[in-house]
Amino acid sequence: MESTILKTENLSAYYGEVKVLKSISLSFAENKVTAILGPSGCGKSTFIRCLNRMHELVDGAKVEGRVLLRGQDVYSMESTIVRRKIGMVFQKPNPFPTMSIYDNVIAGYKLNSIKLKKTEADEIVEGSLKKAALWNEVKNYLHKKGTFLSGGQQQRLCIARALAMKPEVLLLDEPTSALDPKATAKIEELMEELKKTVTIVLVTHNIGQASRISDYTAFLYLGELVEFGPTQKVFTVPRDKRTEEYLIGKFG
Amino acid sequence: MKGIRLRILKDRAFKFAIYLLSLLSLTPLFLIMFYTFRKGLKAINLQFLTHLPKPVGVEGGGISNAIVGTFLLVTIASAISIPIGVWAGIYLSENKRSWISEFLRITVDILQAIPSIVIGIIAYLWVVKPMGRFSALSGGIALAIMMLPIVVRNTEEVLRLIPPYLKEASLALGVPYHRTIIKVIIPAGIPGIVSGILLGISRIAGETAPLLFTAFGNQFMNWNIMKPVNALPLLIFNYAMSPYDEWKRLAWGASVVLILLVLAGNIISRMVAKKWKVQF
Amino acid sequence: MKGKRAFKLSLIIAVLIVAIIFFAAAISLTLGSLPALKEFGWKFFFSKEWDPVSDRFGALPFLVGTLLTSFLALIISLPLSLSISILLGEYMKNGRFSSTVKSLVDLIAAVPSVIYGFWGLEVLVPFVRNLEIKFGIVPYGVGIFTASLILSFMIIPNTASLAREVIELVPGDLKEAAYSLGATRYEVIKKVTLPYARSGILAGILLSLGRALGETMAVTMVIGNNNNIPKNLFYPANTMASVIANEFTEATGDIYYSSLIAIGFALFLVTALFGILGRYIINKTTIKIAK
Repeated sequence: MESTILKTENLSAYYGEVKVLKSISLSFAENKVTAILGPSGCGKSTFIRCLNRMHELVDGAKVEGRVLLRGQDVYSMESTIVRRKIGMVFQKPNPFPTMSIYDNVIAGYKLNSIKLKKTEADEIVEGSLKKAALWNEVKNYLHKKGTFLSGGQQQRLCIARALAMKPEVLLLDEPTSALDPKATAKIEELMEELKKTVTIVLVTHNIGQASRISDYTAFLYLGELVEFGPTQKVFTVPRDKRTEEYLIGKFG
Repeated sequence: MKGIRLRILKDRAFKFAIYLLSLLSLTPLFLIMFYTFRKGLKAINLQFLTHLPKPVGVEGGGISNAIVGTFLLVTIASAISIPIGVWAGIYLSENKRSWISEFLRITVDILQAIPSIVIGIIAYLWVVKPMGRFSALSGGIALAIMMLPIVVRNTEEVLRLIPPYLKEASLALGVPYHRTIIKVIIPAGIPGIVSGILLGISRIAGETAPLLFTAFGNQFMNWNIMKPVNALPLLIFNYAMSPYDEWKRLAWGASVVLILLVLAGNIISRMVAKKWKVQF
Repeated sequence: MKGKRAFKLSLIIAVLIVAIIFFAAAISLTLGSLPALKEFGWKFFFSKEWDPVSDRFGALPFLVGTLLTSFLALIISLPLSLSISILLGEYMKNGRFSSTVKSLVDLIAAVPSVIYGFWGLEVLVPFVRNLEIKFGIVPYGVGIFTASLILSFMIIPNTASLAREVIELVPGDLKEAAYSLGATRYEVIKKVTLPYARSGILAGILLSLGRALGETMAVTMVIGNNNNIPKNLFYPANTMASVIANEFTEATGDIYYSSLIAIGFALFLVTALFGILGRYIINKTTIKIAK
């Protein structure tokens, strides 16, 4: 029996007066990849930004409903703690331009002034980079700036940076949309490995990507949760007409 | 195709006029530079830089007191305007559309537009009058008021250009807002901020008007900020207006030093912006 | 979150300090001007009498001096600064020569005004004096004309850089459309570029004028310090800024002192107005162009 690690209950989100998410209830299974699929503007990015409380940083943004991490409402926790437990990787690779590769990986510790012993730091850097399948490519350049890497390498560096904080859940917001097919394949491969240790929520508008790597798929349309189920089922026998139309490429 | 020739002729004449007038606009600059350096370089030697001015009728003497004074004034002005200016600039870039920001921008624009002589009056009213005497402190405050708007505006513009995804990256790691600003945003903007500060310093280092009735000038060496000090531009003004050739000679020498100082500030400022440029 | 609140508070404090400096400056100038304005009322700005001995003060000669020097300087400098901006915005957009010219224009702005004044005093004044002798005018050398010449040069960068920026913003397809109709470059500049860049040029002019109105040292050193209304453009005079520079430290008596502050206050109001107006036009143009 799979256990639920993260769960939303009637989650709604607003930008000012505009309601962009309409009462979404979803459960995420531990150590699985759940894909959030939908055309652009459907609210999928907003949705995962509500999970780690990034949505509230936008002026005039508002959230209703609950998000439970192992049964605990993240909106009653300290937001910085939530974000350390639920890591995030963005569309555009965003390593810190003033830091070396090494410092980028342990940025979460450095910026939070968490003291690490040298050996501890070395371990975390090596471990995280290995998990992100980047270690072999950069182990001789650890003290070079992260911005000199290629786009795909930068994105894996960002994944390593998120993993270094040992999160329970990793949110990936269209992590490959700015990358070429080769770099994309590498990151998709990586996710297979990663889900052994961390639960993954993947936002994508790439239908193929969702079908290749996710265990569960949620389809969002115009801020509503249209369909949710095991990926196999959603892709072969969709219950809703809109899902079917989207999957055969009728819109979006 | 009536008058095509005339039209082409007009086109050529216009282009010629533009080039000629452009050259004419730059000519005075060459003349001034040439004249100043020709007159001033002769005056400069070690004694000139390390000695005090001599009384009327005595040959030699230097401008060491004015160099020290300018240094004191710029230090006081920087100490006041940099922290306030950078912090206010951060506020502006973080709260782009709040009414406080709109209001602050207007305030800064007006401060920047105030003629320097009026800033001299303001510093006189605030510091010299209550203290009962001229002082380096009052001059430094006058220059700080001039430098402040430059620092605020520049900091805001620099921070505005930092991509928002950097801030997101930091916040998503669970780094609190204030740490994100101090440890991620400011370091990314530091070359631009420093470059703007250097530009501001080289601007105020050449100001005379705000010092006329604040720092006032002083024939002697003074390190006490509660007492009047000399400054390079003040010395140039006072000696330029004097009838003595020896003093005018000192003034030309001081002009060269001041121009070099201002130029150095400008060049270093550009180099800082270029060399340390953060690649996003 | 203690740290976050302390940080936000520190930002607000910095903003408050800037605002306080501004308001305190305005209030100090107002209070300082009050004795003179109470004594003379609005007539202060229309009386031409400036007599420290009998304590009668009127700012008219300085208003006239300021307006004459500023507008004359503007008229002289406009063809020059516009030429530079057309040169850099149309004929020479890139390249080493272009960036050299840009740096030189920046340098004009960077040279301290006291050095312009010194050079004016030593070189320009004798030069103008010789001219005056040739034309049979009383050869003062110093005066409105000399001050305007120096000023006209000093304000070139203000108009030139703003005008260049807006000229560069003129959409290429607009110009190409005109070229494809067979227009010459001159015609394109005259009929397309300049009308399009109009408001930016206007903003540049306003900022230049603001600078000219408040410029002190260079003017003080070559204008001749005469407290009467100048008889002609070659006559010595005083501007609002130069009379403050010359007399503030020697002002004896409250009314004298307050009269000078009142002149400074008027200068403050006028330059503030020009500054806001110029900025307003810039903001409007950039928004228009961005759209």
